[in-house]
Amino acid sequence: MSMELLFIIVGMALVTYIPRMLPLVFLNAKSIPPRLEGILKNVPYAALGALIFPGVLTIHENVLFGLTGMAVAFLISFLGGNLIFVVLGSIAVLTALTPFFNTLTL
Amino acid sequence: MKAAVTLTTNHSFAAGMKDGTTIALGYFPAAITFGFIAQTTGLTVQETMLMSLLVFAGAAQYMALSLLAAGTGAIEIIFTTFIVNIRHFLMSASLNEKAVQDHPLKKAGYAFGLTDEVFAVASTKEGTVHTGYVYGVFFISYASWVIHSGVGHAVGQLLPEMLQQSLAFALYALFIALLAPSLKKHRKIFFLAALAAVLNSVFAFIMAEGWAIILATLIAATVLEFIEPLNNKYNDADQKNGVERK
Repeated sequence: MSMELLFIIVGMALVTYIPRMLPLVFLNAKSIPPRLEGILKNVPYAALGALIFPGVLTIHENVLFGLTGMAVAFLISFLGGNLIFVVLGSIAVLTALTPFFNTLTL
Repeated sequence: MKAAVTLTTNHSFAAGMKDGTTIALGYFPAAITFGFIAQTTGLTVQETMLMSLLVFAGAAQYMALSLLAAGTGAIEIIFTTFIVNIRHFLMSASLNEKAVQDHPLKKAGYAFGLTDEVFAVASTKEGTVHTGYVYGVFFISYASWVIHSGVGHAVGQLLPEMLQQSLAFALYALFIALLAPSLKKHRKIFFLAALAAVLNSVFAFIMAEGWAIILATLIAATVLEFIEPLNNKYNDADQKNGVERK
């Protein structure tokens, strides 16, 4: 194994782990002001929004690919499908439609 | 078997593994693709798996590969990883609000597994989150990521291209499935997610992706907190009934 690559991997590991660890280990959840607590409780839903969009548009050259997948996934979720069903269902629909997306240019 | 069933509470390691199965499934194509690209970039199977084993961060690992391929220096690659993953600092602070107090070493252990997906599953769970549960979600996701990185290195090119394309959607489907049920319940959650999405789309043009996500999330979470303070009572009641916090 190349020493330089090993250095890179260990460095990546450290800069990834430390920010993940610091708040969980050193923040005292009880001593946080209520305002900040409210903001931190909002974070999961805001983060999901930011993680989904606009990244979902760039998984294929055709932006309709991500948009269609998003529509199907939301539809299955709203109809009450559980997690696995949403994931497998939207992938199945996208796989079936892939030939269209590959010929259509947008 | 009977004992195992009774021990399987909503908060157990086993419950975490069960809820983490969807992540493991979503990581399958992501890790296969990572392993395959790593192989074409010239990494050995050991190097590929070591990166997944020690770093455990999908997007940053992809980015490292493209930087390696472009001949970028070590420090730049490590710094880019830091930028891409700094959002987990915010997620860690947020999960800390929801997690049951426990020994710092135990929390330091599962903190390693705090990817976007593990965070999303653990933090959208109703009520408080127990240590064993987070370890369960973490363990099954991690196993899938590391093992399938190796599998991808070996056989990635065998996956049909058409399937590779649609499998790229898997993790987005997971995020949507986690978000959708809450959207129906609270109007505020819709505005949180929508505002963060819009802000992230704007910021993506002017700054690195890692900063864009963290800034969009933070602004949306703050703005909504001032417009419509969270029904803290609902959450606090949940926590008091669930577990006593030290």
